[in-house]
Amino acid sequence: MSEATEQEPPKKPAGRRKFELDPRLASYKGVWVFVEHERGVAHPVSWELMGEGRKLADTLGVPLAGVVMGAPGIQARRFCEDAFHYGADLCYLMEDPVMADYRNQPFTKGLTDLVNAYQPEILLLGATTLGRDLAGSVATTLQTGLTADCTELNIDLENRSLAATRPTFGGSLLCTIVTLNYRPQMATVRPRVMSMPKKDDTRSGSIIEHSLGMIETDIVTKVLEYIPDNLQGKPQLPFADIIVSGGRGMKRPENFQLIWDLAKVLGAEVGATRPVVQAGWVELDRQVGQSGKTVRPKLYIAAGISGAIQHRVGMDASDVIIAINSDPNAPIFDFATYGIVGNAMTILPALTDAFRQQLATAKVAV
Amino acid sequence: MHIVVCIKQVPDSAQIRVHPVTNTIMRQGVPAIVNPYDLFSLEAALRLKDEYGARVTVLCMGPPQAEAALRKAISFGADDAILVTDRAFAGSDTLATSFALASAIRKIQEDMPVDIVFAGKQTIDGDTAQVGPGIAKRLDLQLLTYVSSIVDLDLDKREITLHRRAEGGVQVLQTRLPCLITMLEGTNEMRFATMPNMFRAARYPLKQWDKDAAGIEDVSKIGLKGSPTIVSKVFAPQAKSQRAEIIDCESKEPKDLAVTLLTKMFTKYPNLPEEIAKVNA
Amino acid sequence: MDEKFDAIVIGAGPSGNAAAYTMAKAGLKVLQIERGEYPGSKNVQGAILYSKALEEIIPDFRDDAPLERHLIEQQMWVLDDESYIGTTFRSAEFNQQPYNRYTIIRAQFDKWFSKRVQAAGALLVCETTVSNLIMDGKRVIGVQTDREGGAVYADIVVLADGVNSLLAKKAGFHAELEPKDVALAVKEIHFLPEETIQSRFNIGEGEGVVIEMAGKITQGMMGTGFLYTNKDSLTIGVGCMLSDFKQQKITPYMLLEQMKAHPAIKPLLAGGEMKEYTAHLIPEGGYKAMPQLYGEGWMIVGDAGMFVNAVHREGSNLAMTTGRYAAETVIALKEKQLPMTAANLAIYQGRLEDSFVMKDMKKYKNMPEIFHNNNHFFTTYPELLNRAAHTMLTVDGVDKKTKEREIRKSFKQRRSLFGLMGDAYKMWRAFE
Ligand SMILES: Cc1cc2nc3c(=O)[nH]c(=O)nc-3n(C[C@H](O)[C@H](O)[C@H](O)COP(=O)(O)OP(=O)(O)OC[C@H]3O[C@@H](n4cnc5c(N)ncnc54)[C@H](O)[C@@H]3O)c2cc1C
Ligand SMILES: Cc1cc2nc3c(=O)[nH]c(=O)nc-3n(C[C@H](O)[C@H](O)[C@H](O)COP(=O)(O)OP(=O)(O)OC[C@H]3O[C@@H](n4cnc5c(N)ncnc54)[C@H](O)[C@@H]3O)c2cc1C
Ligand SMILES: Nc1ncnc2c1ncn2[C@@H]1O[C@H](COP(=O)(O)O)[C@@H](O)[C@H]1O
Repeated sequence: MSEATEQEPPKKPAGRRKFELDPRLASYKGVWVFVEHERGVAHPVSWELMGEGRKLADTLGVPLAGVVMGAPGIQARRFCEDAFHYGADLCYLMEDPVMADYRNQPFTKGLTDLVNAYQPEILLLGATTLGRDLAGSVATTLQTGLTADCTELNIDLENRSLAATRPTFGGSLLCTIVTLNYRPQMATVRPRVMSMPKKDDTRSGSIIEHSLGMIETDIVTKVLEYIPDNLQGKPQLPFADIIVSGGRGMKRPENFQLIWDLAKVLGAEVGATRPVVQAGWVELDRQVGQSGKTVRPKLYIAAGISGAIQHRVGMDASDVIIAINSDPNAPIFDFATYGIVGNAMTILPALTDAFRQQLATAKVAV
Repeated sequence: MHIVVCIKQVPDSAQIRVHPVTNTIMRQGVPAIVNPYDLFSLEAALRLKDEYGARVTVLCMGPPQAEAALRKAISFGADDAILVTDRAFAGSDTLATSFALASAIRKIQEDMPVDIVFAGKQTIDGDTAQVGPGIAKRLDLQLLTYVSSIVDLDLDKREITLHRRAEGGVQVLQTRLPCLITMLEGTNEMRFATMPNMFRAARYPLKQWDKDAAGIEDVSKIGLKGSPTIVSKVFAPQAKSQRAEIIDCESKEPKDLAVTLLTKMFTKYPNLPEEIAKVNA
Repeated sequence: MDEKFDAIVIGAGPSGNAAAYTMAKAGLKVLQIERGEYPGSKNVQGAILYSKALEEIIPDFRDDAPLERHLIEQQMWVLDDESYIGTTFRSAEFNQQPYNRYTIIRAQFDKWFSKRVQAAGALLVCETTVSNLIMDGKRVIGVQTDREGGAVYADIVVLADGVNSLLAKKAGFHAELEPKDVALAVKEIHFLPEETIQSRFNIGEGEGVVIEMAGKITQGMMGTGFLYTNKDSLTIGVGCMLSDFKQQKITPYMLLEQMKAHPAIKPLLAGGEMKEYTAHLIPEGGYKAMPQLYGEGWMIVGDAGMFVNAVHREGSNLAMTTGRYAAETVIALKEKQLPMTAANLAIYQGRLEDSFVMKDMKKYKNMPEIFHNNNHFFTTYPELLNRAAHTMLTVDGVDKKTKEREIRKSFKQRRSLFGLMGDAYKMWRAFE
């Protein structure tokens, strides 16, 4: 993002000025979503972006394309199919053995070549370790603007430009960034910020193939080994359907057991606020919020959490939020679905019991 | 070996407040700090210096006050510090910043070739994680982001082996110098400066480069002009219009509150019990 | 590292800065050590700056020092639960340059002062805590810091480390502070637009008001409250003796909260955003609680030496003046190439005695006790005064003479005539 927010505001409020796109850029058309995958699995953020990309493309009246890059084989084509099911009209497919693993050099060349050849006006990537690495170098190579970690994407119809909104200043404020006279307009979006679109298995589209034109000896960096994470016992917050989170209002690490108890009954993941993580009550992977994970479960239970903006941005897309807080004025009540004003230490066990009973009766009913 | 570490001075975002009425940032009294992510990279550089011997130059682009950040880096053990500062840089976005920093690094090269450039994973104010990759592209350096550890460095072969964080695992990568590395947070802990280094930092004659000294001829590549992205508005997050439905019952007993909540919730969201049962199974 | 300095100054508050500046300016090799992240980082407070003391050190300070507002009006309030009675002094003379008193924000002021100190040639090292004085027998020869290679040596060590000087205590120069000798002050800064402050306090650009408060806001404890106008913020705070807080079991925070809710104070703060909350000790033991101020190779300046005039809320001026005297003492000895022995450093004590510093300290030496032993000053009198005013000002058909009689009666009921006279006499004696 521009430093302009830090110094003085830009002289001309860009959104308002009548704007003429450089005619050389007029040929840039269409919305692209980079389909990220690793070890044969597509990253869900790709499909979340596809859903978002669909809306942008429809607003602009242009096609939506997926970009799939990887080793040759059936897998890559399957990702193209998935892209169609999630909303793409066409896919650009680049297959080459040197792209079996992600490496910056071939992927940057590949994506840059594709952009130069087919000229999209918007290019979206997931704000993952891969997406950020790639987006940063592609944007520099293309000499275009890139807005990272967006939370909202819109089209400014007046000049057909992408208005990308993202948090700034430690999350206390949001800013909207436009890239007027450069193409493509690039943005990254964190996983789980956008909702997962409905899959439509009947959809299909066309595949445009393009070759990379690189051989292994051109590439300086070698992947010696890949050590997959041992996911056993590791929290998987971003994709959990139920999360029980505790904040500083739990007072003591021992009390956090109440959170675990409820989570166990529900089969839920345990989340936490930053102060709790920093105090070492739970591991870093459980932090929800701006500097932690973004989640969007069906049910989010927040106990002893004030609802500071940096926490909120990570969880307020949850379908149902239950907040337990002793302070009736806690900000969390401003956006939760249900609130219980009271002491979490007594409410949580009661809630655990109530859920346990409900589950038991549900089982009997089946 | 010559290592350049790019550090940025940023406002301590933990202490930033937004004015409730005007929605503007209240900067008064907000201390400026070294971008916390940069410290992991600086410490990694200093460890390479300890192990293999190196000259460590820290580089910062920013207003004159940013010299404090550079002095701090000297106190931790960096050898040289250069502040690139010029009014012409005002309003630079990441593309323009990486251009300016890349030019400055080219100038630094004239003195002594650079083997490794370190940048922070991201900043806490811009938070884009783009400047590092941008510098690498412009200088044609091998780019290694999200590095969790540097396993080996062979200066004769000019080869470096390291672990890079991928989404579902760790890549063990080997590449050639020169390269640009951004370190993952939490991978090391910044050392406590020694007293002699504190003295050195306090006395260090900082180098200040304006755009000419940094070798920048094309001013259309820097500042607002050189920045494709434009901030069109800054605003406070909107409060959701819906306030929570506060659960209450006559007895106010936790047990009754819990039951009331579930009854209400399952009536309004009839699919929820099924969802819970599914997760539970 | 065996680096040796002419002088080491511990602390970069007003006293340490004054000392370091004066010595560095005279060409001495000075090291200043500050434990905060930067000078003033631990001192984020609005305060009153008295020009004179600073002028003596940096005559042109007005050119670039971060000054908030110069004061043109002083109010004194005695508060009851619902009301206050007070005096206001405002003078056009206060609007003539050079101004005498300013409000400042310490964090910015200290930073500015420190820049001047460094420009004068002193070496400043921050984020470094002096953990011990290095002694050679009875002589202080240097300091030990908390860093690796952290011993540094000097001919003289100036302790400017503020109230509760741990170093002086450790070295045995100073007894443990007693709760009856220190006040605990809490304060907040509330941001308000410049224009709002100006219209609310009826002042122009750059002009400021101070309100000093006493009475029931301290809930019977010995202490006072204050409100200062800064450029675009207000500083509001209250301080009471630590011993009283202990006894009354009231937290300073609660006290401030109640004070802010006072019907006379609340509208002044309305619409402001609270920016920061800080608590700090003030040494208010006065003359009788002062430690030995110098010895073999060391001197104490500022708050560390109890140099605070609690009655007039003066501290930073005493800090700067004592810092300057200490520095001038060192400079004089250096010039004559005399060692920094206790005998030679006695000049410092002499300078203090001859100046307003010790004269004022002595003048108010009995104040703390008088207030301590008589909490009527903080409870009964404010109530009576306010009620008297209320009675007189309420037009209700009762004749003024009857009203006066009632007022007299109420005074006597609450406190015997003898007690009243006694208090008045003691006050007079203390101020005299
Ligand atoms: C740059 C930056 C990034 C940040 N990133 C994150 C992030 O990713 N995630 C995050 O969470 N925070 C983040 N924060 C911190 C965030 O600003 C808040 O400080 C934090 O979320 C507050 O955590 P909390 O709600 O647990 O604690 P508090 O704000 O202290 O709230 C505790 C709550 O518990 C309630 N309570 C107390 N006792 C009880 C009781 N007995 N029963 C019920 N309720 C009780 C209180 O009323 C209060 O509302 C970030 C801050 C910054 C500056
Ligand atoms: C609420 C309040 C209001 C006040 N209002 C006024 C006012 O309006 N006008 C006025 O003139 N005075 C006022 N005072 C008093 C004034 O603030 C002090 O008298 C003055 O700050 C004393 O200066 P100093 O340099 O002695 O100490 P300090 O300002 O306390 O400075 C001491 C410095 O030493 C550092 N230090 C301490 N120990 C170590 C160590 N071991 N190693 C390294 N560094 C160390 C500290 O970090 C600190 O920076 C007020 C005080 C308070 C608390
Ligand atoms: N103005 C700057 N001066 C020096 N380094 C910078 C500057 N801006 C960014 N960087 C470097 O680039 C990294 C990523 O920044 P960003 O892309 O803004 O998140 C930072 O951690 C720094 O190492």
